[in-house]
Amino acid sequence: MEYSIHEFAMAERRKILADTRSSKTGAAGENPKRRSRFSRLPRAGAETRHLGDEHGLSGEVKKQWQIVFGRFIRQPRAMVSLGIFALLGISSALAGVFWHYSYTDLTNQIATFGQGSPSLQHPFGVDPIGHDVFAQVMQGTKEDVQTALLVACISTLIGTTIGALAGYFRSWVDTVLMRFTDFILAVPLLAVLAVLGNLAAKQSGSWFWVAIIIGVLSWTYVARLVRADFLSLREREFVEAARAIGASNRRIIVRHLLPNALGPIIVNATLTVANAIILESTLSFLGLGIQPPDVSLGSLVAAGEGDATTFWWLFVFPASFIVLMILCVNFIGDGLREAFDPRRTRVRV
Amino acid sequence: MNPIHPLASLDPRAPLLSVEGLEVNFRTAEGTVKAVRGIDFELKPGEVLGIVGESGSGKSVTAMATMGLLPRSARVKGSVRFRGEELLHRREKQLMPFRGKAISMIFQDPMTSLNPVYSVGWQIVEAIQAHQDVSKEEALKIAIELLRKVGIPNPEDRVANYPHEFSGGMRQRVVIAIAIANDPEVILADEPTTALDVTVQAQVLEALRAALVSTHAALLLITHDLGVIAGIADRVLVMYAGRPVEIGTVDEIFYNPSMPYTLGLLGSLPRVDTDGTERLRPIPGSPPSMIGESKGCPFAPRCPLAADICREIEPELTQVSAATGHLAACHFAKEANDRGASLFAATSADIGTTAGVQHGGPPESGLAYGQGPDELRAPGPGNYVLAEGFSLAGPGGYETAAEEEDGTADTGSSDGKETTP
Amino acid sequence: MLSYLLRRLFASVIILILSSILVFTMVAFSGDPLASLRLNPKTPPSVYALRRAELHLNNPLPQRYWIWVTHAIRGDFGLTIGNQPVAPQLWSHLLVTFQMVIIATVIAIFVAIAVGVFSAIRQGRPFDSGAAFTNYLFISVPVFVLGLILKEFVAIPVNNAIGHTVIYTIGQQSSNLSGGFFERLPNYAGHTILPVLTLILVSYPSWAIYQRSSMLEALDSDYVRLARAKGLSPRRVLIRHTLRNALIPITTVIALDFAGVLGGAILVEEVFSWQGIGFWFLQGILVLDFNVVQAYLLVTAFFVVSFNFIADVLYGVLDPRIRYG
Repeated sequence: MEYSIHEFAMAERRKILADTRSSKTGAAGENPKRRSRFSRLPRAGAETRHLGDEHGLSGEVKKQWQIVFGRFIRQPRAMVSLGIFALLGISSALAGVFWHYSYTDLTNQIATFGQGSPSLQHPFGVDPIGHDVFAQVMQGTKEDVQTALLVACISTLIGTTIGALAGYFRSWVDTVLMRFTDFILAVPLLAVLAVLGNLAAKQSGSWFWVAIIIGVLSWTYVARLVRADFLSLREREFVEAARAIGASNRRIIVRHLLPNALGPIIVNATLTVANAIILESTLSFLGLGIQPPDVSLGSLVAAGEGDATTFWWLFVFPASFIVLMILCVNFIGDGLREAFDPRRTRVRV
Repeated sequence: MNPIHPLASLDPRAPLLSVEGLEVNFRTAEGTVKAVRGIDFELKPGEVLGIVGESGSGKSVTAMATMGLLPRSARVKGSVRFRGEELLHRREKQLMPFRGKAISMIFQDPMTSLNPVYSVGWQIVEAIQAHQDVSKEEALKIAIELLRKVGIPNPEDRVANYPHEFSGGMRQRVVIAIAIANDPEVILADEPTTALDVTVQAQVLEALRAALVSTHAALLLITHDLGVIAGIADRVLVMYAGRPVEIGTVDEIFYNPSMPYTLGLLGSLPRVDTDGTERLRPIPGSPPSMIGESKGCPFAPRCPLAADICREIEPELTQVSAATGHLAACHFAKEANDRGASLFAATSADIGTTAGVQHGGPPESGLAYGQGPDELRAPGPGNYVLAEGFSLAGPGGYETAAEEEDGTADTGSSDGKETTP
Repeated sequence: MLSYLLRRLFASVIILILSSILVFTMVAFSGDPLASLRLNPKTPPSVYALRRAELHLNNPLPQRYWIWVTHAIRGDFGLTIGNQPVAPQLWSHLLVTFQMVIIATVIAIFVAIAVGVFSAIRQGRPFDSGAAFTNYLFISVPVFVLGLILKEFVAIPVNNAIGHTVIYTIGQQSSNLSGGFFERLPNYAGHTILPVLTLILVSYPSWAIYQRSSMLEALDSDYVRLARAKGLSPRRVLIRHTLRNALIPITTVIALDFAGVLGGAILVEEVFSWQGIGFWFLQGILVLDFNVVQAYLLVTAFFVVSFNFIADVLYGVLDPRIRYG
C-alpha cells in the first residue's frame, strides 16, 4: 500500500470527523464515549489503530476477533470468573448425577437446635424439613443459570432489533420505538414483574415463564445502547459506500452495522445475565417467581431468612451463591468490555 | 524582511525555550511505545520553528511534554527549559506561572478544545485573570479587544456566545485569543489548522500571524503540512519515528533536503511552479510501529537509498554543510542531496523541473535563522501555500464537504451568525 | 429552552397516559379480584353480583379504564377489596417510603460523585482499585440479600454488644412512642438507618462507576487540557472545568434510575417490614387488590416521569448546547 502525506492528512481528518460525530451524540446525553485524539496516541501501534476505527471492515474482522480474544484471555480476573461461573453451571447441571441426594429427597436428619449444621454427609447442612441444602443450592443454581441465559437471549434479541431499527431508520420509527421504551421504563421494572410474576406463578411457577417475563421487559437498556451506536455508525463512510453500491437496508443493517456494534451488545448481554439473576432471585424471594416444588436461590434465601441467626447455613450458602454468580458474571462482562475496547470505561445510560 | 516578526532579526539572544534529549515513553498493554526518542531544539525570541512529520512521529507528544500536559502513563526523560528554568517533572502548581503566561498553547481540534458549558468571554476572562490582576469588567474589555484582534466580527456581541454557536474556524480564533491573552513569549501550536476547512485554514493562519505580530512571541508550529510551514516558519525540524531526522532553515529544508524522508515529503506535495505534467511521488510503505526495540534507521524499509548499514546502525544527526546549522540524520545525506527529487521518482517519467528548481535554489550563503530575503521566499516555498490548497480541494474535497455539514448540524444557527456582521 | 421544555413536557404526558393504559390492562388481566368471594360457598350470588357492579367489573375494558383514570386524576383511586378508599392509604404509605427514598438518594448521589471523582483523579492507585472492587461487590449483591445481611449479621450483633436496641430491624418507628419530636428522633433514626443504608449501598455503585468514567472522559478532554494550559490552579481546573462537565451526564443517569430506586424500596420495605408503599403494593398483589396495585403503578409512573422531566430541565440548565438548541 502506498501512502502519501495527503492520505495521512485525510486519515487524520476522518478520525476527527468520527470523533466529532460521536461527541455530538454525547451532547444529546446518549453516549459520552468519544475518545479524544490524545488517548489514542499512546496506542498508536498498527494493531490497535485498526481495532479502534472500523473503516476497513471486511478483511480485518477476523483479526479483530483474534485480538479481542487475546485481550480477554490475558485478564486473570475475568478468566478466573469465567472458570468459576462455568464450574458452577456445569456442576449444578450435573448435580443430579454425581450427588447422593436429590433436592426433593427428605434425609434422615433435620435442622433443630445444635443439629443439621454442615457435615461431611451434608456439606451445606440440612433444613428443618430434612432437605439436603447442597442439593437444593445446586438445583437453585441450575434454575438461576438457565433462567438468566434465556433472559439474556430474549432481551438481547428484542433490544437489538428495536435499537437497530430506531437508530437506522430514525424519524418516526425512532420516535415511536423510543417512546415505547420510555414508557416501559416509566414504571419500576420490579413492580411490573411482580404483577406478571404473580400471574405466571398461578399458572405455572416454572423457570421458563419467569425467564420469558423478565426477558420481554428488560431489553430497554440494550435498545438504547444499540440505537446510540447505530446513530453514529450509520454516518460512517463505509455505510455510505455500501449504500452507494445499492445495498439494501437489510443488508446494511445485518452485514455492515451489526458486526460493528457487536462488541457493546455482547458486553451488555453479559451484564443482562447478572441483572437477570438479581431479578429472578428477587422475584422468587418475594414468592412471585419460581414456585415449589422447584427451588431457586431466591426462594431458598426466603426460606432461610427467618432462621438466619440460628441456622446460618440456610441463609449463607444460597445467598453467597447468588452473590458469587453475579460477581463472576460482572467480572466477565468487565473483561469483555476491556477486551473489545481497552480505552472505553464502562458506561451505563 | 521577515513578514511575521520585526524583532526577530534584532536580537539573537539566548534561547527562550530549549529542549534537550527529550524522550517520552508510554507503557501500554502491547508494550512500551517510544513516542519520542531523543529530540533537541532551541527556540529563540521571535523565531518560528516548524516541526513536520507524519501522524505518530512524536511531534504532538513533544509539544504536550513541553507544556507538562502528557497523561500520567507517560515516562518523560531529558530537559525542557524556559529561560533556563527546567519545566519537566514539575508539579501542576509549579507550572501555573509558566502556562499561559510564558508559554501558551493552541490545540488541534477547535471543536473540542473550548469548554462547551461556558461562554467564550468567560473562558478568555478566566485566562486573563489567571495571570493579571484585573477586575472582571476590565478583563471582559480586554477579551473583546483580543477577539477583535484575531478577526472575530462583532466581538462585543459574540463575547457572550457559547462555543457551539461558533464555527470551527471561529472557535480556533477564540483559542488563539486565549493563547495571546497574557502576551506569552512562546506559543505552541499543535496542528492549528489541520481540523479546519481549507478556505478557513488560510484565515486562521492569518489570525495566528496577527497574533504573533501583536505579542512578538516565538512560535513552535507543529504540522504535517509542509505548505503551512513554508508560509510561516523560519526553521524546520523534520521528525520521523520519534526523532528529528533533519533540521535547517526553511530554505535549506525546501531547496536542499538531505534526508530521503524529507525528500519524500516534498515529492508528495503538488506544486504550482512546475508545468503541471508532473506526478506526485508518494513515499512507499507506512511508518514503523513505535512499540519495542528497533535496530537501524527507522526509515530504511521505505527508503530507496537504504543499504546494509542503514538496517544495522541508526544514523546520528550530522552537519550537512559546515557553515550552517543544517543537520540531517542519514548515512547517505550527500547522495540524497545530490539525487534530490528523483529519489522517489521510480514511477515518474519527468523529473526535470523540480530538480532544476532545487539546484537553482538559493546558495547556502550565510543565512542566519529567521532571515529569509523576501525575493527568495516569494518564488520558492511560498508557493506551497497555494499548492496546498489545490491538493486538498482535490482528494480531500469530499472530506471537507462532510466536515462543513458536520459543523452546521452541530449548531444549527452558527453559520448565519458567522456571516452577519 | 422554552420550546424544548414544552416538547419534553408533552412527551412526559404522553408517556404517562400510555403507561396508565398499559398498567390498567395488565392488572385487569391478572385475575379476578373477587375470586375469594366467588369461591366462598356462603356468599349469596346477589352479593357477588353487587360487588362486581360496584367495582365496574361488568363494563367493557375501555370504559372501566375511563372511569378509573378520570377518578384517579381527581385523587380518587377507588376502593380496596376490603371496601376502604384507596387514596388515604396510598398517601400515608407514600409518605413513609419517601422519607426513606429521599434521604437515601441524596446521600447516595453525594457518595457516588465523591467516589467517582476521587477514583478518577487517583486512577490506577489503591483508592481507585479499592473503590472499584467495592462498587462491583455492591452491584453484585441483590437488595434483599444486602438487607438481610445488615439486619441479621450487623444490627443484631451491634445491639447485643451495646446491650439494648439501638438499630431497629422492623418497622419505621416503635408503636408505643411518646414525647416530643426530639425525644422520638433517636427512635426514628434507629429505624431508618438500616433501610436507608441498604438503599444507598445498592444505588451508589453504578452511579459512582458512571461518574468515574465521565470524569476520566473530561480529564482526557481537550478543553481540560486547554484549561491547564491557561495556567489555572489544579483546583479550579478540577472543579470549574472537569467536574462541572462531568456532572452533566450523571443527572440523566440518576433520574433514569429513580424507578430502580423505587423498585429497591419495595424490597427494603419487605425486608425491614416498613409500612411503605412497596410493602402495601406487595400485599395488594398477593390478594389481587387491583385498585391498590393500579394506584401504586400509576403513582410511581407519575413520579418517575416527573423525575425524568426534572432531569431534562436540569440538563438544559447545565448544558448550554441544549439550552439554546
